[in-house]
Amino acid sequence: MEKQENLYEILMDDIRFEEGLKACMNCGVCTAICPAAEFYDYDPRKIVDTVQRRDNEEINNLLKSDTIWYCGECMSCKTRCPRGNTPGFVIMALRTLSQKLGYFTESEKGRQQFAIKRTVGDNIFKYGYCAATYAVNPDLHPEQGPVWEYILENTDEVFERLGGQLNGTGTGPLRKIPKEALDEIKKIFDVTGGTEFFELIEEHSKRKAAEMGLQFESKGIDNEYFNEVFTCNSGNHNNLESD
Amino acid sequence: MMKNEGKKRIWSDYQKEIADDHFFYVRSCIRQSFFPGSEQFFLNLMRKVLGKDVYEDPAHTTCTGIGYHSDIVPAATIMTVVARHFALMKEAGYKNLAVSCVTSFGLYTEILETWKHFPAELEKTREYLFKATGREFDIPENVAHASDIVYSFRDQIAAKAKIKLVNSITGEPLKIVEHIGCHYSKMFPKSGIGGAEFPHVLSGMIDAWGGEVIDYPERRHCCGFGFRQYLVQANRGYSLSNTVKKFNSMKPYKPDMILANCPGCTMFMDKWQYTAKELEGITFGEKGESIPVLTYEELAGLVLGMNPWDLGLQYHMVQSEPLLRKLGVEINASDKYKTKDGKQMPVPQNLINV
Repeated sequence: MEKQENLYEILMDDIRFEEGLKACMNCGVCTAICPAAEFYDYDPRKIVDTVQRRDNEEINNLLKSDTIWYCGECMSCKTRCPRGNTPGFVIMALRTLSQKLGYFTESEKGRQQFAIKRTVGDNIFKYGYCAATYAVNPDLHPEQGPVWEYILENTDEVFERLGGQLNGTGTGPLRKIPKEALDEIKKIFDVTGGTEFFELIEEHSKRKAAEMGLQFESKGIDNEYFNEVFTCNSGNHNNLESD
Repeated sequence: MMKNEGKKRIWSDYQKEIADDHFFYVRSCIRQSFFPGSEQFFLNLMRKVLGKDVYEDPAHTTCTGIGYHSDIVPAATIMTVVARHFALMKEAGYKNLAVSCVTSFGLYTEILETWKHFPAELEKTREYLFKATGREFDIPENVAHASDIVYSFRDQIAAKAKIKLVNSITGEPLKIVEHIGCHYSKMFPKSGIGGAEFPHVLSGMIDAWGGEVIDYPERRHCCGFGFRQYLVQANRGYSLSNTVKKFNSMKPYKPDMILANCPGCTMFMDKWQYTAKELEGITFGEKGESIPVLTYEELAGLVLGMNPWDLGLQYHMVQSEPLLRKLGVEINASDKYKTKDGKQMPVPQNLINV
């Protein structure tokens, strides 16, 4: 293995890690309450224990694994931990570091960060919203059912009756965010490292796409790599002991 | 006697102060996209029914919370975006924040808590915001989720009610499942009414308006959203499986409806019932029907006698007619799919409970 920095110390720079990991006694209550542990081969207790042991190689393996991407960040673990730890915050710190180091592209679940960046991330700059009616594509969201296709075909009428302000100026549901406000959001991302983080996800994903021999475009979702990471499920993630 | 006093003392720890008037309203990406009628009814309820002052700023944007909890938005970035919202509030002269989204509400509480524990982060955020926008901000005096505010006015709403949450045929209270979004109080129990164990924010509304709250084993289980677990198609088995776990647990109690305070939960519990029916042919209501899932604004609107089609109930996947019939609400089928001006629209096909 290449010579590495002390990963535990890097993690300690993340306030969520400092706040999320005090002293775990391995009771496993977090795992008992965890919706991810219910269906995935996932155990937050083990993750906290691994990190707590400060074994650089094991932390390194975690950062390259599918395991850290199974959590749904519901934070049910925070409520229950008798020692005031938050495994969900530990996961958030691990995921951030995995992306900073480019390790996220080493796992099937980690590679999905590219799909989230190209959908939610791009929505933030484009519309000023993480999600918006017109950005929920029924091809990517069949679970939304026929009512969603109907709403997209009749968005103006639906919003008008319900008091919406679809793409209009002023206040109201789904109003168009003024350009000055969008510019401020972009500037905040530039100043705080958000833009750089998006670029990192892009850069590492582009490299991985080349390695996997998949077509990659600099924008949008119409490319083989997006399709692969958005839909690929090897089926090797489930907790087979559950029903 | 002693026992009661002890209980009262413990309970008093989980009462939160909710401002009475003069709110700065921040919308939700999900609620305004899927339930625009709910956000508008909240404003109408506050302004027209209760006579309160609620301000909305067109320059308010997403808090980036969905991006943050799917780990593409760094902590410093979201803290500064949220600080910008506080700056808009300060500039408009408001001190009380009313939050539509539960993800946003959780983030506001998390960020305010973080700044208490890490004052250097607060100073860094002030610098970032000023550098990026030239704006400055104050910490809000009061942060409430919009459901907290409706809860605080529940008795006034009950006093003006046109209908009660009672089955008009049997005279029995309607059996209602309440579902609280995880980020409302699981992270910071003291930020929610009743904490994480016994959140009273929705059950208080149900009690005040005449219904009966159902207790069931998986009452506090997540709806299954899981951020990246839903956003990426390959992961949606997580979302659906967790929803089905909840629905299987509530099914024996025969709920007449589900009430939720998180816009995402409301949408998922509605849409996943459709998906489970399509994929497996399973339903969770009585007589092979599905269970209508309503926002608290929609329920308050029905209680106050609003036309269900002006609230947007026809744009759920699970249609609400079985519930409306029990409530004794007059159903004007011809008005259901009409424009604001009364023109007939096409009628959507293959919805549930039709």
